[in-house]
Amino acid sequence: MIWLWISIAGLVTFFTRYSMVAFVNPKSLSKTTRKILTYVPSAVFPAIIFPAVFLDKKGFFVSIENPQIWAFVIAVVVGYYFKNIILTIATGLISFWVFSYLFH
Amino acid sequence: MIPLTIPVIPFGVIYGVIGVEIGLSPLVTFAMSFIIFAGSSQIAFAQLYTAGASPLVMIGSVAAINSRHFLYSAVLAQYLNKLNFYWRVILSYLMTDQAFSVSLSYFKKNKKNTHPHFHMLGSGFTLWFLWQLSTLVGIILGNVVPEELGLTFAIPLTFLSLIISELKKLDHLIIIITSGMASLVAYNFPFKIYIIISALIALCVAYILITKFKKVSQ
Repeated sequence: MIWLWISIAGLVTFFTRYSMVAFVNPKSLSKTTRKILTYVPSAVFPAIIFPAVFLDKKGFFVSIENPQIWAFVIAVVVGYYFKNIILTIATGLISFWVFSYLFH
Repeated sequence: MIPLTIPVIPFGVIYGVIGVEIGLSPLVTFAMSFIIFAGSSQIAFAQLYTAGASPLVMIGSVAAINSRHFLYSAVLAQYLNKLNFYWRVILSYLMTDQAFSVSLSYFKKNKKNTHPHFHMLGSGFTLWFLWQLSTLVGIILGNVVPEELGLTFAIPLTFLSLIISELKKLDHLIIIITSGMASLVAYNFPFKIYIIISALIALCVAYILITKFKKVSQ
């Protein structure tokens, strides 16, 4: 069944891209709607980030000694300072490995 | 030639590695890059699928993540509306965050060009090709890299990197924290619906910020 779900996800994604190009009047989006859409990444991505960092697979909070919390904090600080996408990911991963080793 | 605002190649590699690491088959991992062709929603889809989410939630989450395309589509429509059906379909398929920003600035600068859509086709196809290629590299790497490295931690890091430059904006910061807190509360709700619920709550807050506190959102 996964092929069906992937195909539907693909169609849905295509539709979001094709939507306004398909219609004659793209001004049908109000200013407020446009503004709200600029917030979509900030509204969706934290819902993927927070549970992956702060919760275990069963949904309980991880302990304060969990390396991923500290690696995440470092990635936020470094990423915030340098505003570099790859640097954010690399710093987070390397810190994660270092803390995993230290807390082991 | 193309100012890549978001580095496509490392992203594709990360996606390929993650797809294999969390248990998708190489074929499925690659096919998603071809069929969905939207990095962040592919990662979310893969994660939800292997976590046993219901299909409706997987597709709903993809829709939520990609709803930002409505905006791109609306903005680019004035440049693409006059093209024939096939052009519109192809260019829509290729419309990514990067293709949008590159093409929009090109369209604005080259208003006299009668065929600006060829530029979008070129940049869009280049990105598409790099995405497929880097996904393949990631899939190969994912089969080699040991699971002990904990590369699934790259998932939250990848999404963090995509909003890292928004952290200094107060309005975005409020929305980010709202969504994050909501997701922790809603995580154990049925069907892994937490992403959709958190996004809706955060977007309601965004609506309030926009309409009631115009100063904050400028």
